[in-house]
Amino acid sequence: MRRVVLAIVSTVASLVLLLSFKTHNPSVATPPAATSNATGNTSTGSSSTGSSTSTGGSTGASGTKTVTGDAVDTRYGPVQVQVTVTDGKVTNATAVEYPVTDPRDAQINAYAIPALNQEAVQSGTAGIDMISGATYTSEGYIQSLQSALNKAGA
Amino acid sequence: MTVHVEHCMGTVFTIDVRDPGDWSDAIARVVAWLHRVDGIFSTYRADSDISRLRRGEIGLEDADRLVADVLALCVTMQSKTDGYFTALWDGALDPTGLVKGWAIEAASEMLREAGSANHAVNGGGDIQLAGEATPGEPWRVGISHPIDRTHVMRIVPGRDFAVATSGRGERGDHIVNPYTGRPATDLSGVTVVGPSLTRADAYATAGLAMGPAGERWLENVPDYDGFFRADGLAPSATGVCRVE
Repeated sequence: MRRVVLAIVSTVASLVLLLSFKTHNPSVATPPAATSNATGNTSTGSSSTGSSTSTGGSTGASGTKTVTGDAVDTRYGPVQVQVTVTDGKVTNATAVEYPVTDPRDAQINAYAIPALNQEAVQSGTAGIDMISGATYTSEGYIQSLQSALNKAGA
Repeated sequence: MTVHVEHCMGTVFTIDVRDPGDWSDAIARVVAWLHRVDGIFSTYRADSDISRLRRGEIGLEDADRLVADVLALCVTMQSKTDGYFTALWDGALDPTGLVKGWAIEAASEMLREAGSANHAVNGGGDIQLAGEATPGEPWRVGISHPIDRTHVMRIVPGRDFAVATSGRGERGDHIVNPYTGRPATDLSGVTVVGPSLTRADAYATAGLAMGPAGERWLENVPDYDGFFRADGLAPSATGVCRVE
């Protein structure tokens, strides 16, 4: 489990680093302030395999809450991320479900930078809506993480 | 707003509608469309129209009318890419390089016709984006590192645009240079940004086949930009790789 936590954080860390690497376009310099505050509690698993739908309402964010993102099916198996949010900040991210046969797990883990973990997690992934060129699994991580963040109002 | 994740064409599709309200019905039609396209064009399904055409069991006139539409598009893109994009290699018909982008662009059009002005349709990293992510904020698409894909190298912000990435993928796919008959190995990934995903996808495939020279070629294609990446780029000490 720990290595997957690191993998998650590594993904988040690289996104956050990228966000602080804002030289290409001034319009990306300001992260959107609390733009996603949908609650996905009405998550409706579709009957067909490998699909999920969530429809959001709206709510504020305060206190500490733990929210589980949608299970995102990938080529290697489902990925599901759980986040803990305190006063609108992500304080922890954990993969509660993940494909253990993914040969890239070890590779992903190699890039984990523990010192950046906390800062990275606190910054969340605000600012990236979609990924082009991602692997199925990392895309799954990001999608599930994003859905958890949306639900948490982070 | 409604988000839907669907497994189709051997990859993951995300349909993300940002307009207010419940878009489940429109999304269900898009999902049905994607599966219909897969059923017609999959080269992995023995009963698809493409597979039957390849075996000579049916003629073009017997196939779904979409097959002729797509093949016409393939011919157009072959001409626009100086022959580097082709749906006919070694005598085998394979429009796979164009079908997904085309299907996604059509899916986005279906959502527009259903009244959605702000949405994204992402199929395995090929994305057509409409409108904005949130009012006043552009969509932001991260482009992942071609080797270590957990790292995002660049963010492309924009409104009403498409992003396509072709690479020597994790599945061991390769793109063949149609002029040499050999796999194109000079580049590890090509990402093309522009208005139409159908074209961006074909340009990215052609760019990979062209190799480094493709970058200059794409500069002369109006409305489209690209990032060409050579192999061997390693994440820097901070974990972020700069785009060359």
